[in-house]
Amino acid sequence: MSSATRPIKPKKKIYKRWVIYIVLALIYVWALSGVPVEGFKETAGQISKAILSGIFSPDWDYVYLPEGEDLLRGLLDTLAIAILGTFISAFLCIPFAFWAANNMSRIKANAGIGKFFLSFVRTFPELVMALLFIKVVGPGSFAGVLALGLHSIGMLGKLFSEEVENIDLGPSEALKATGARPLQILWFAVFPQVLPGFISYTLYRFEINLRSASVLGIIGAGGIGTPLIFAMQSRDWSRVGIILLGIIVMVTIVDIISGYLRKKIV
Amino acid sequence: MIEFKNVSKVYPNGTQGLKDINVTIEKGEFVVIVGLSGAGKSTFLRSINRLHEITSGEIIIDGSSITEAKGRDLRIARRDIGMIFQSFNLVKRSTVLRNVLSGRVGYHSTLRTVLGLFPKEDVNLAFNALERVNIVEKAYTRSDQLSGGQQQRVSIARALAQEAKIILADEPVASLDPLTTKQVMDNLQKINQELGITTVVNLHFIDIARQYATRIIGLQAGEVVFDGPVEEATDERFSEIYGRPLETREDEEVGASANESAE
Amino acid sequence: MNQLNEQKLPKAPSRIKHYLTFILILFLLWGSAYQTGSTFNELIEGFPNMFSVLDEMIPPNWAYFDNIIQAMLDTIRMAVLGTTIGAVIAIPFALFSASNMMKSTWIFYPVRFILNLVRTIPELLLAAIFVAIFGLGPLPGIFALGIFSTGIIAKLTYEAIEGIDKGPLESMTAVGANKIQWITFSVVPQVAAYYVSYVLYSFEINIRAAAILGLVGAGGIGEYYDRTLGFLEYDKVSTIIIFTLVVVLIIDYISTKLRENLL
Repeated sequence: MSSATRPIKPKKKIYKRWVIYIVLALIYVWALSGVPVEGFKETAGQISKAILSGIFSPDWDYVYLPEGEDLLRGLLDTLAIAILGTFISAFLCIPFAFWAANNMSRIKANAGIGKFFLSFVRTFPELVMALLFIKVVGPGSFAGVLALGLHSIGMLGKLFSEEVENIDLGPSEALKATGARPLQILWFAVFPQVLPGFISYTLYRFEINLRSASVLGIIGAGGIGTPLIFAMQSRDWSRVGIILLGIIVMVTIVDIISGYLRKKIV
Repeated sequence: MIEFKNVSKVYPNGTQGLKDINVTIEKGEFVVIVGLSGAGKSTFLRSINRLHEITSGEIIIDGSSITEAKGRDLRIARRDIGMIFQSFNLVKRSTVLRNVLSGRVGYHSTLRTVLGLFPKEDVNLAFNALERVNIVEKAYTRSDQLSGGQQQRVSIARALAQEAKIILADEPVASLDPLTTKQVMDNLQKINQELGITTVVNLHFIDIARQYATRIIGLQAGEVVFDGPVEEATDERFSEIYGRPLETREDEEVGASANESAE
Repeated sequence: MNQLNEQKLPKAPSRIKHYLTFILILFLLWGSAYQTGSTFNELIEGFPNMFSVLDEMIPPNWAYFDNIIQAMLDTIRMAVLGTTIGAVIAIPFALFSASNMMKSTWIFYPVRFILNLVRTIPELLLAAIFVAIFGLGPLPGIFALGIFSTGIIAKLTYEAIEGIDKGPLESMTAVGANKIQWITFSVVPQVAAYYVSYVLYSFEINIRAAAILGLVGAGGIGEYYDRTLGFLEYDKVSTIIIFTLVVVLIIDYISTKLRENLL
């Protein structure tokens, strides 16, 4: 093949690629410049070893204590926070989901406002919400429940509204033609279509909320996080070990059950 | 009785949907609306129960104007008009019985229907309707497990359970094969003859229209271009009006198989 | 006809399963409310507090903005570096977890197990542990984010790898490529776009996470919640919240646009 007939590598692509490289390089120079380089605490190795040995020799006695404040009760509390918080948000987000669904309102801007509101709620960190609720109802599990309940509206509302946007509008039209009232149309034509999706997303959010609920205690909003942070502060690493183990086991079991249920529903 | 008085419809984009239509359909008639795609058949049908709004004129059903009706009056008027759709429009995840019962919700309060407290008579009506279309054994089956023809019969049962005085059917057989087409059209005809329910059907195919109708209305560009008994709706007449003969089911079958063999 | 033939009617399916599910859910809710001490009374009692907190949050203290801008930049740095660490570590994990890369179940199942394990631990917990090890500052935060995003990116990427077209794999084997060549020429081109998209997605998550890691002393803007809430300076709190929201929304927007361009 003579070189004259060879296509030339497109210049624009090379140019674009270099721009991306340079931008990336600048970002990393900037990011690395802000990291303190004074190094690790001298005790880092020692503590890591202590934590590891704590995790591999957990404080089994802590699993159940007759006088309370043990691992099982902590996990149960965590589970309860996640269940109640998820349920509250699944319930409260329904009107927002319909508000944010494009096919449910005649004015498109209306749905847009709904979507923005939901993304606002989604971005508001749940821990900060929990901190604020602690100021309102006092420290404890209830503050955690309220924080999860409010924060999850953001994500569940978005997922629910996408489900509503995907429905077949035919049945609604048929119901309208029989002389049904708007609420009846919603109940008979829309709800049966979206319910499986709603339940599946609620379970998915429950999996996420369980993880969140296990850290809420770090700031005093109930659950297993509180004894965990106490154990860390008192450097009781074998207790930290058993709590971590407990969280991992609980989350794994709940993930498996919830995943099974979600598969069955869809 | 359905009366169209100077009915016109102009879409927001300027398209003329219906143009000065004056038609009276008597009680008990089996009227088939024919015409090419986009002739305004669906607009005509949907303006009767006001799923589509008209822009001028008036439609009067059994002496009262549906055009003027608002809120509760409109719902009561719609309660008396059953509608059957090309895509069946059943709630696929609900059972057959629940779909048929949903035809009854216009008769009861929201709370009562939402709680599922349908009176015994309603359930009887629903079963009777399912019996009439020969599908009662599927009452507790989920609708998405039925074939297209069965689903369309369920939607006829929904209109029956509604105790409708008028049934509107918008291309009821367009997504069905010839055999189930016959079952569904036979059902509609039987209901029309035995219960005396006024039936207005949109059809794409002139041969099926001739087979079942007592009267045929031809539409073109939103205007009535033919209105008369079946005997007058000859091929020659339609070729004259439309500049070509209207499609028949056989044409489509032949065309479809030709396409298949081409592939 | 109105008399139904009772024998012919199908039996209604049992609803016991529905009732039991309903009771189970009620029991779970009641038990959870009891366990967490959640009562409406408490909520109603707390209501006035809520309004007083909100009242103090508005208007935000805009002047405080200057104090937190450095911390916000640190937060973004943490997210960038954490995501990068995660992105790098995720590559071998993803390759070793994909069943079409590693033929032996003895390799990919254990690796997947580790990934699942990592994803059960919330990032804040990881951060708390790393703070205990390395002391206060952004370093433990970066490590926590790195491990956390390894879990996400590796899982999504190995699923993408498992979904790739087999053809190029076979042709590379056919030309006698070694393992590295095989991956570079047949796997990388197919999953690169997905991988970058997942890295960006994980960056979006990490920005949100980095904004709160400060609550356990792992650097970033989260440290300022403790300082301001401790002194009940709610107007400063709302400044932090608004600033975080704006940054997160901007980054989300850019990242989403980039991801749309990639795929």
